[in-house]
Amino acid sequence: MKIVLQNVTKRFPNRNKKIKEDVVAVSNFDFEIPDGKLIGLLGPSGCGKSTTLNMICGLEQPTEGRILFGEDDVTDLPPENRGVGMVFQSYALYPHMTVRQNIKFPLENRRGADRLSKEEMERMAKEAAELVQIEQLMDRKPGEMSGGQQQRVAIARALVKRPKVLLLDEPLSNLDARLRLQTREEIRRIQRETGITMVFVTHDQDEAMSISDMIVVMDAGVVQQIGKPQDVYDDPDNLFVAKFLGTPPINVFNGRVKDGSLYLGEEKILDTPSVGDGPVTVGIRPEGFDIDKEKGVLTCALRSIEVMGRDTSVVANHDAYVGDQLRAIIDSEKRPDENSKEVRFRIRPSKVFLFDPETGKRIRY
Amino acid sequence: MEKNNNKAWLYLLPSLIFLGIFMIYPLFDVMIYSVEEGYNFASQSFFGYGTYNFSYVLRDPYFLQALKNTFLLVIITVPISTGLALLISVLLNSITRLRDMFQTIFFLPYVTNTLAVGLVFMLLFKKTPYTDGFINMILHWFGMGPVDFIEGPYWAKMFVTCFYTIWIVMPFKILILTSALASVNPDYYKAARVDGTPRWRIFTRITLPMISPMIFYLVITGFIGAFKAYSDEVALFGTNLNAAGMNTIVGYVYDMLYGDSGGYPSYASAAALLLFAIVLTITCINLLISRKTVTYS
Amino acid sequence: MEQTYAKIEQSARAANRVRTTVTYILLAIWAVIVLFPFYWMVLTSFKSYSAYNSEYVPQLYTTAPTTENYVSAFTEVPLAKYFMNTVIFAVGTTALMLAVIVLAAYAFARLRFAGRQLTFTMYLALMMIPNELVIITNFVTITNWGLRNTFLGLILPSVTSVFYIYLLKENFEQVPDELYKAAKVDGTSDLMYLFKVMIPICRPTIVTIVILKVIECWNSYIWPRLITDDQAYFLVSNGIQEIRENGFGRENVPAMMAAVVVVSVPLIVLFLCSRKKIMAGVSRGGTKG
Repeated sequence: MKIVLQNVTKRFPNRNKKIKEDVVAVSNFDFEIPDGKLIGLLGPSGCGKSTTLNMICGLEQPTEGRILFGEDDVTDLPPENRGVGMVFQSYALYPHMTVRQNIKFPLENRRGADRLSKEEMERMAKEAAELVQIEQLMDRKPGEMSGGQQQRVAIARALVKRPKVLLLDEPLSNLDARLRLQTREEIRRIQRETGITMVFVTHDQDEAMSISDMIVVMDAGVVQQIGKPQDVYDDPDNLFVAKFLGTPPINVFNGRVKDGSLYLGEEKILDTPSVGDGPVTVGIRPEGFDIDKEKGVLTCALRSIEVMGRDTSVVANHDAYVGDQLRAIIDSEKRPDENSKEVRFRIRPSKVFLFDPETGKRIRY
Repeated sequence: MEKNNNKAWLYLLPSLIFLGIFMIYPLFDVMIYSVEEGYNFASQSFFGYGTYNFSYVLRDPYFLQALKNTFLLVIITVPISTGLALLISVLLNSITRLRDMFQTIFFLPYVTNTLAVGLVFMLLFKKTPYTDGFINMILHWFGMGPVDFIEGPYWAKMFVTCFYTIWIVMPFKILILTSALASVNPDYYKAARVDGTPRWRIFTRITLPMISPMIFYLVITGFIGAFKAYSDEVALFGTNLNAAGMNTIVGYVYDMLYGDSGGYPSYASAAALLLFAIVLTITCINLLISRKTVTYS
Repeated sequence: MEQTYAKIEQSARAANRVRTTVTYILLAIWAVIVLFPFYWMVLTSFKSYSAYNSEYVPQLYTTAPTTENYVSAFTEVPLAKYFMNTVIFAVGTTALMLAVIVLAAYAFARLRFAGRQLTFTMYLALMMIPNELVIITNFVTITNWGLRNTFLGLILPSVTSVFYIYLLKENFEQVPDELYKAAKVDGTSDLMYLFKVMIPICRPTIVTIVILKVIECWNSYIWPRLITDDQAYFLVSNGIQEIRENGFGRENVPAMMAAVVVVSVPLIVLFLCSRKKIMAGVSRGGTKG
């Protein structure tokens, strides 16, 4: 089932009653989520991603705009009539019920013609449990299980009524690092096996990048960029997206364009023929640096070197750099001498992005 | 950390003295009193030891009346006040506007002097030669009454007592239940809504089990509190509760100790121990039931 | 499809409106039941004696309010005396209790001594002893000490509260150990540390305890009734009972109500001023009485 968001806007009255102006949680969200894909809504906390998820779910009503499931307008429908399943950040497993009772709970709500027989419910619950591989835990209570197991139960409970859309709110945030890796693979597998449209919310870019078919980067209620994870990483639309994606984060410089060339300080870095003269904000990904003692164009003061196996992280400083220290990731075999005062880098043009210093918009060249 | 034994005991000394004299010693003393037969308060002498005090109390019609009154009061007020408090708390939790105002109003009976407001209740319910009183005026609108609730038939007096008791105990229960309801993670309700769970089912299958520990806490404290009823009755019917036929077990204890019929600390002790035994038994039964039914804690 | 959605939506909205209305009506009914006795006592206290007694059908308002009842409440019965007694009783009990429980809570929370855990468990066990059981002996004790009809006799049995010791101890334990160690390094004595550090940090809890204890004192009836029969030592509760049975001649109801208002107002004012504190304190473990 594809999901279409048309100009969706959500405003809340300000909590501080003295301020009359509403808080805009989500502003003009326009997006079509293709059928059967795994979509990650990504952004810092308070960016409106959870509100968006709640609106897709039906727990909150958009102030403006429409939401369509396939061809049907569901904007005014309550959640139970939308055919969605939702996994909550806290899992919201009923602590007084066993796993089996928890999974069956949504089925027992059906009344009238949709009513299911006991056997049917049992069969569907079992199927859902098998899908997430918890069939041996059916008679436990949530309190007796690990976080990862609870997460699976929550997914099973959301899937048992065979929703057309599965929504997950920060599905991995309550798990420890190892379980996180495992669980995100698991979510990917479940999505492939069921072919269901999944939307999940996260503030962790690793999580979103690693499993999503598409990511939506949000900030302050506004969609910043939508696209395949690698495309968004390689080709960010603005400074926020460039900074938000990637670990270690992108290095930001104050540069200037003069006569069709980009300068950092006094050093000419590369040719930017189509860009007009003036100051620009420059972002260079850590992997965009190469050591080159002779032909390097960027000379930096070397601070320290951190060898991390295959890669080495070079910490240095440059006058044009915004902030304290820039970080370059290079091949360990080519690492410079620790005692040298200076280090010179060659820059890969494809890893350099220019942004308007005022608006943060990308300047393409 | 270093041990400072002497200093610590010095800090504890005041509380030890007070607790020793006014709690621990009396606890043993009351047991001794209760088995001293024919104790004379003036000469502080007695005949011998035995269970006569208990059998006297158990055969005393005033005690039996008090026992009946207390049990009726407990059985009527505990379920009604708990149920009503639950209803009001659920309603309170479902609104946002005026909620603070309602909460403040509902808490008022807690901070009032039981005797003082009891007098007002008496006035509202009382029928005198000069006026039938406010409640009878309302009953009259519905074509009923007039009934003298204060000096009239037993059921009417019992009704006022229960009504006043419920009015007095509601604030505490509403307070506890509203905070219990508010502490239920809202994700549970969202999850239930996504599943299209009907309201009533959300209430019985999710809300009730989640707050069941608090409900049982209230039932147990409610039982204990209602068994110790006394001042509410004094407020409504005056100090001579035996004459009004509305005495309670605690009232019986005090009447035996002091006042017109007083001077019998042995009988009072026996009655107090009987009360303690009843309360202890009921509390244990409650705990046993709660272990079976409170599935989540 | 569109239409059925609209219908679902519409009926849901209508049901919601009905539910909200019913909710507010029910809450308002209970609010009236709670407030009406207060309204009635204030109303009656402003009716004149003759006007009140001539109403066969009670009037819900008065056209000629009078303050004469308040005058007689203070002149014809010793209401002011009851008031003062209660204030002395409340202040005395609360102050003594604070001294006792602060010291005990400090010992349990901060000092390490042999038998600490056992002693604390014994204290907690004392919470289960009902007042009715020990009051008999206390009555005899106070009588034998010749303290009937004295403030000392009124105050002494209620100066310890295991529950408040427990509450304060929990709070004291939340003060980080480092502060104590730092104070020790600076050579602060235990008592100094208690007064200069612990008590200021835990002031909110202490204030809550004081308020709850004052409410308890203001409303106490049973013990004062046993231990005082001289009107000069009556507290307000006993005073009200006395007024009801012997004051103002028979049936001067408006004057009685004036006395009731005077007795009720201080606590209601206290409550309205520190509503949050009182409600939080009560929900942490207070019960009525």
